[in-house]
Amino acid sequence: MSNLAVLPIVIPLIASVISAFIPKKLGLSRVIAKLFAIIFLVYAGYLAWVVFTDGIIVMQSSGWAAPFGISIVADYLSVTLVLITSIVTTAAVFYAPSSLSQLQETYYFYTFMFLMISGVVGAFLTGDLFNLFVFFEVLLMASYGLIVLGGGKVQLRESLKYVLFNVFSSMLFVTTIGFIYASVGTVNMAHLAERIQEAEQAGVLTGLAVLLFFVFAIKAAIFPLYYWLPNSYIVPNPVVSALFGALLTKVGIYSILRMYTLVFNNDVGITHEIFIWLAMFTMLFGVIGALSTQNVKLIVTYNIIPAIGFILMGIGLYSTSGIEGSVYYLIHDMVIKAALFFLVGALVVAAGTDDLRKMGGLITRYPVLGWLFFVGSLVLAGVPPFSGFIGKLLLLRGSLEQEEILLTIAALITSLLILYSMIRIFVRGFWGDTVEELPEGQNKKVRNLTIPAAILLAISIFLGIGAEFIYPHVETIANMLLDRAEYINAVLRE
Amino acid sequence: MEILMAILASILFATAIYNLLQKQFLRIIIGTVLLSHAAHLFLLTMGKLKRGNPPVLVEGVTNYTDPLPQALILTSIVISFGVTSFLLVLAYRTYTLNKSDNMDELRGSSDE
Repeated sequence: MSNLAVLPIVIPLIASVISAFIPKKLGLSRVIAKLFAIIFLVYAGYLAWVVFTDGIIVMQSSGWAAPFGISIVADYLSVTLVLITSIVTTAAVFYAPSSLSQLQETYYFYTFMFLMISGVVGAFLTGDLFNLFVFFEVLLMASYGLIVLGGGKVQLRESLKYVLFNVFSSMLFVTTIGFIYASVGTVNMAHLAERIQEAEQAGVLTGLAVLLFFVFAIKAAIFPLYYWLPNSYIVPNPVVSALFGALLTKVGIYSILRMYTLVFNNDVGITHEIFIWLAMFTMLFGVIGALSTQNVKLIVTYNIIPAIGFILMGIGLYSTSGIEGSVYYLIHDMVIKAALFFLVGALVVAAGTDDLRKMGGLITRYPVLGWLFFVGSLVLAGVPPFSGFIGKLLLLRGSLEQEEILLTIAALITSLLILYSMIRIFVRGFWGDTVEELPEGQNKKVRNLTIPAAILLAISIFLGIGAEFIYPHVETIANMLLDRAEYINAVLRE
Repeated sequence: MEILMAILASILFATAIYNLLQKQFLRIIIGTVLLSHAAHLFLLTMGKLKRGNPPVLVEGVTNYTDPLPQALILTSIVISFGVTSFLLVLAYRTYTLNKSDNMDELRGSSDE
């Protein structure tokens, strides 16, 4: 029974190894990738169903009881995120053949992609801080492979910076783990949570909490540590950007959500107050970045940053509505970011350029793409009844409950500016005067690129309209995060 | 002994940061290597260096050396080894394509 928890890590790993052996047989590796993605999707759905009906599943690897062994914990939050990851993966696998060149695909795209998924899922599921570092490295190594895929001049240049930043933050992570181990003597998250409550040197622990936050803030692209993100996320192929935007920064923010609700909540007055201020700046600076550019890929990439700000805002509020809002927004943002990156990929193919000034009048030739993009922008900005609205509603309610007026205003302005930055693409690119030199013969390719994006968008709309069905689950997740006893007991006492 | 190791690690950290802030690729990569050495040395020191007998081998040992930091370092060494070799290849490819190994010349501009 407990082995159920480890399978979501193993399934993509197997897919990755198999596709590593058959890179040149493109037809076969595509079929295998699709097959494994669907198996992964079905399995993740099943696991989520089991966990939500029967409670948290814990696997102690090799039978070493926690805190001595490594625990793999499938709790409500992890399985939900694993399910969303599997949805994004499946969409990406169907999107990839039309988006990548054949050469890029044969150079181990599927191997790296599934390896990265394996790392992402591992980071969601692990219950051990050092193991979290290891899974971070797994997903980063695979992401290095993906970001240089088909590398030209600019791509390699930006990849190098991406790799250097991540190497630095990883080493900072190891050092912080060293500090934490020295002061509390464990790296198991549930055990850490217990030990830190009993520990006497509260000041040291708050210092460590802030240091650890730095590590995750680099990964999650929080102000002022987001500057590496925009340029490195636009250089790879749209399918890679979509996976990065939907999953990688979210792993960082998930780690913050996990660590600062479960472990470091003994000094909420300092750490979570910092979060609120940083969330505010992250939102505003991210959206200003989105307004500053005419490159459509860069506009969507900059929109990753305010989303991280919204999630961090809920963690900083540290109340029931705040955490519920963060979880809802996290789920919503993973789906919609992937969908928008897919749509922008299709848009760039359709227009033959990524410069907004050279686009125009695409709606006559690609009406479906245009209206999907319009709906996607509304979902992202949080117009009711879409999913962004419900997340933001919860966050704003939490923020007003604690009378954080400045934060509320910043969040509202950000939402408005997000809508403006996205609608600008729609108005300038799809309406406007028709540009003469549109590339010909791209209709079939654009259609193939639009379908996976449309499915993701449909799921995203369901997250909003089906809130009646989703919200109780989010409530369960938030209660578990705030109560902590269920998680700790599941890991340490069974 | 722990104090000496901590000082050594801090010197390594300082040298690493200095090298990371340079402009030449190779110096930056040497910086990341030194940084990982410093982190590993630091991790080793954190578990206290020598406290008694080897762990687990004989039953009934109460005063034993902590095996966990060593396991952590081993994992971390393997990872940083892999990353460094990848970084060297990537830096070489970037150098051959961009015809420069100076970070100042690789800022990029908005009109690309």
